[in-house]
Amino acid sequence: MDFSLLTFGDGGWGDEMLRGALMTMAVAVCSYLFGILVGVFFASLKLSQMAILRYVADFYTTVIRGIPELLVIYLVFFGGGTLLRTITSGLFGYDGYIDPPLFITGMVCIGLSAGAYITEVIRGAVLAVPAGQIEAAKAIGMGTAKRFWRILVPQVARYALPGLGNVWQLTLKETSLISVIGLVEIMRSAAVASGSTKEPFTFYLVAAILYLGLTSISNRGFLRAEAWASKGVRYS
Amino acid sequence: MDFELMTETFPKLLSGIPVTLTLVGSSLALGIVFAVILAQMRLSKNLLVSKIAYAYVYVFRSTPLLVQIFLIYYGSGQFRESLENVGLWYFLREPYFCAILALTLNTAAYTAEIIRGGIQSVPWGQLEAGRAVGMSAMTLFRRIVFPIAIRQALPAYGNEIILMVKSTSLASTITILEVTGIAKKIIAATFAPMEVFIIAGAIYLSMNFIVTRAVQWIEVKLSPQLYRERSAESKPKVDEVLAH
Repeated sequence: MDFSLLTFGDGGWGDEMLRGALMTMAVAVCSYLFGILVGVFFASLKLSQMAILRYVADFYTTVIRGIPELLVIYLVFFGGGTLLRTITSGLFGYDGYIDPPLFITGMVCIGLSAGAYITEVIRGAVLAVPAGQIEAAKAIGMGTAKRFWRILVPQVARYALPGLGNVWQLTLKETSLISVIGLVEIMRSAAVASGSTKEPFTFYLVAAILYLGLTSISNRGFLRAEAWASKGVRYS
Repeated sequence: MDFELMTETFPKLLSGIPVTLTLVGSSLALGIVFAVILAQMRLSKNLLVSKIAYAYVYVFRSTPLLVQIFLIYYGSGQFRESLENVGLWYFLREPYFCAILALTLNTAAYTAEIIRGGIQSVPWGQLEAGRAVGMSAMTLFRRIVFPIAIRQALPAYGNEIILMVKSTSLASTITILEVTGIAKKIIAATFAPMEVFIIAGAIYLSMNFIVTRAVQWIEVKLSPQLYRERSAESKPKVDEVLAH
């Protein structure tokens, strides 16, 4: 192993790997936020009174959780362009060749996958809020919006945080799959670097260490957030 | 939607199932053996042994499976000469072997935690009772710990099996042609992603459906008392039968 390859600057790949790590973080954070939006939406469908909406949400979570993420990435990567071109030529009359940016493609794929897990986390958290809490809020005359923001959201956040932390770890690791379509994040940087230096082990080891660092740091963050969210709770 | 293409694609994708199943089966079988050892190490009173097992689990659960696969498959090339000298290169140049090795090491880390959870869920009283009637450590494990732990761990292990079925798709990144690998090849050749996706997706969903059902069936078989309530009412109770 030649560690001088990891220096910053022209001779080394340290800066490339670090830039890859920043891209991984960026795409992971965006996918995660997108996943939360998707998750909140489908969780509300799952908790709906209408059976058809519940079926739609069940279909989504079953399919996404039962199919490899890689397959979804290939679908969106190869199918996204066709879909986008249909939309642009139909709506704007633009017939040129355009492709969705890799970042967006990756974000949508990983976000949809994370969304399915987040749906279940949020659904569980909402169901964990005791009915008496809502009844009490109604009894003292809170409106729907106030009840939602003051009673439901803080408690759902607390119940959902451990699950959300797990999904975040999953999301962070899943972003490595986007490298197969060419987005230059950690894995892709490592592949490029090992291709030109013929030291694949060194660079994939660095990649593994970067992931380890990112998951460890964010795990700490989530533990803190959990402590913060349950500071009003007394444990006997 | 091109239905002709779908009927053409179907048998091609089906031919990938044996590869997927072999990957799942062999890595689960090897993984659970390794996981039992890891779980025992994790529960060991020796702090060093327990820390080593924890470090292993932590590292493998905190890094993506793709890194693990690439580290073994591409990474081993860096040490080709020394590996050739000890005769390991013969295995490590095979993508199939590398995929099974990576999947095994990965699933062992997750399964070890599942097993540990199961073993720790065994109530103290049960162990004490077992010791009180003079069971040896081996008998205690076989008769008390294992039966209780497996019931506790089975649902989580079912999820792990499904995750493994999904994980095998990563083997396609190192040239193995299992279901996802074949699907990608067909998509790249025909540019009909939706059609191929539907078929490949249906194959994975059916595999996972079968896994889910099989695990549920075993759960019922392992704890029939939990599922017997309804039929118990119609059957005469044991002491009633004995009284006659």
